[in-house]
Amino acid sequence: MARAVTNNRKALNTAIAWAVGLLIFFPILWTILTSFKTEAQAISDPPVFLFFDWTLENYSVVQERSNYMRFLWNSVIIAVGSTILGVIIAVPAAWSMAFVPSKRTKDILLWMLSTKMLPAVGVLYPIYLLFIQLGLLDSRFGLVMVLMLINLPIIVWMLYTYFKEIPGEILEAARMDGASLKEEIMYVLTPMAIPGIASTVLLNIILAWNEAFWTLNLTAANAAPLTAFIASYSSPEGLFYAKLSAASTMAIAPILILGWFSQKQLVRGLTFGAVK
Amino acid sequence: MGSIQLKQVQKKFGDVEVIPPLDLEINDGEFVVFVGPSGCGKSTLLRLIAGLEDTTSGHIEIDGQDATSLPPAKRGLAMVFQSYALYPHMTVRKNIAFPMRMAKMSQEEQDKRIEAAAKALNLTDYLERRPGQLSGGQRQRVAIGRAIVREPAAFLFDEPLSNLDAALRVGMRMEISELHKKLETTMIYVTHDQVEAMTMADKIVVLHDGYIEQVGSPLELYEHPRNKFVAGFIGSPKMNFIEGASASNRNAHSIGIRPEHITVSDAEGEWEGVVGVSEHLGSDTFLHVKLADGSMINVRASGDLDIKYGEKIYLNPIEERIHRFDANGLTM
Repeated sequence: MARAVTNNRKALNTAIAWAVGLLIFFPILWTILTSFKTEAQAISDPPVFLFFDWTLENYSVVQERSNYMRFLWNSVIIAVGSTILGVIIAVPAAWSMAFVPSKRTKDILLWMLSTKMLPAVGVLYPIYLLFIQLGLLDSRFGLVMVLMLINLPIIVWMLYTYFKEIPGEILEAARMDGASLKEEIMYVLTPMAIPGIASTVLLNIILAWNEAFWTLNLTAANAAPLTAFIASYSSPEGLFYAKLSAASTMAIAPILILGWFSQKQLVRGLTFGAVK
Repeated sequence: MGSIQLKQVQKKFGDVEVIPPLDLEINDGEFVVFVGPSGCGKSTLLRLIAGLEDTTSGHIEIDGQDATSLPPAKRGLAMVFQSYALYPHMTVRKNIAFPMRMAKMSQEEQDKRIEAAAKALNLTDYLERRPGQLSGGQRQRVAIGRAIVREPAAFLFDEPLSNLDAALRVGMRMEISELHKKLETTMIYVTHDQVEAMTMADKIVVLHDGYIEQVGSPLELYEHPRNKFVAGFIGSPKMNFIEGASASNRNAHSIGIRPEHITVSDAEGEWEGVVGVSEHLGSDTFLHVKLADGSMINVRASGDLDIKYGEKIYLNPIEERIHRFDANGLTM
């Protein structure tokens, strides 16, 4: 009897999980489906779900009208570059917070995270002016720097959590064995924290890839990544849902595929520390 | 060479004084054991010598050179940790090679030393494994291997056997003692287990609340403890302490007598008592005897003693084995 209840419960839980999952995924699915419709079908009422004339026309139009590869390349450089730079800066920072904490370490961590609570638009003006002064507007380098800085608190915070899990005695052993601070971090700490660093890197690539506020405001043509590519289709000539959907699909496809293959790492990264 | 001098070394954590200023001399080639109850400062003292903690004041000299402000790597000491502290991502070979790699030693010399250490520690078949695939005893041997290849001035052991099971602990105890005889290098060994201290040490340093209570050879401490604390800490089972008439008759505030220095009689004796629990170990019998005034006395009797719960017996201390203490707990 008890077992039957448990099984029913399980089935119910599974059903709820699937329902929620589909609900979350539906907009993406709808975007992908719409990208294969004609413009007329895309706005037809009632909407058509699966039974329409499938077409690849939107994709070829989008490809003709704008150079997808250039946007893609910018996205890759900005997402990967800002993440790598961020990790290089965050590893020593997280090391010091995890292994030689001071009285204020917790406060510093909180303060760093608090910068994420500030609406980005609040600092748009100063940063925009700074970019003009430094000649960084519409440059990949400028975007790499900005995205690195806005994601740095998260990178430091995540690495700090991972490093906390590494027993301090192992680092002391390295010190006794004659390792300098640099060697200790390079040969002992970093290799031991590789799983943690990998999930941090993945998560931050995704965050940087999807970042739209700064990439839209600080670029025009040269450094524009895929977010700008999508935005250019919701534009002056009116809304072309099918083409916008095709552009969106092309923009999210790389990161969706990356995310799919690294699910395990990501889940571990997001729940690490919470469940140990 | 590996002589170490501590001169007025003091350690504070914030306002808490963990080690009040103390002096200690460790001679080259000595096996010194720091022993004391947990929280007595023995590990802190070891970490001060290692350089993993900074001294608040005072000086540490290694081979006559001031090492107080040298980083751990520059002190020429090797340490074996309680948790082994092996590098989990490296094979046994790479673990042992690590200190030599840091010292930029030639590959040839590294290989030679690894082979020698592996042979001495029975690790030859495990060189390509990772620490996770080894048993506790093997891991501890890797940690020792990593320490010996450096040919340090002194070895520091921080409770290295407390994670091992009892049987393995006895075996490793022997191996470490053997290693000391072979290498003749200074070893400083921290433990809370007085049996380890007694069996391994040339010199025991008994610590209590950061203070050195007594320094001496195992037998010195056993036979001539300086105070009640050392008397009670060294020796197993513990020394019995008796106050009242028996003590004042001997012009002392209290007296101490070890369980093995009491004879049992069924006819007459200084103390009359009732046998409580008796533990038969085969070789010995430990009797817990309740005296008329309610105090308990432990007695170590021969293994073939046949005695029953609740039986009345008489106890006699061996007079020349009695330790006399004054009101401050100091030996008289």
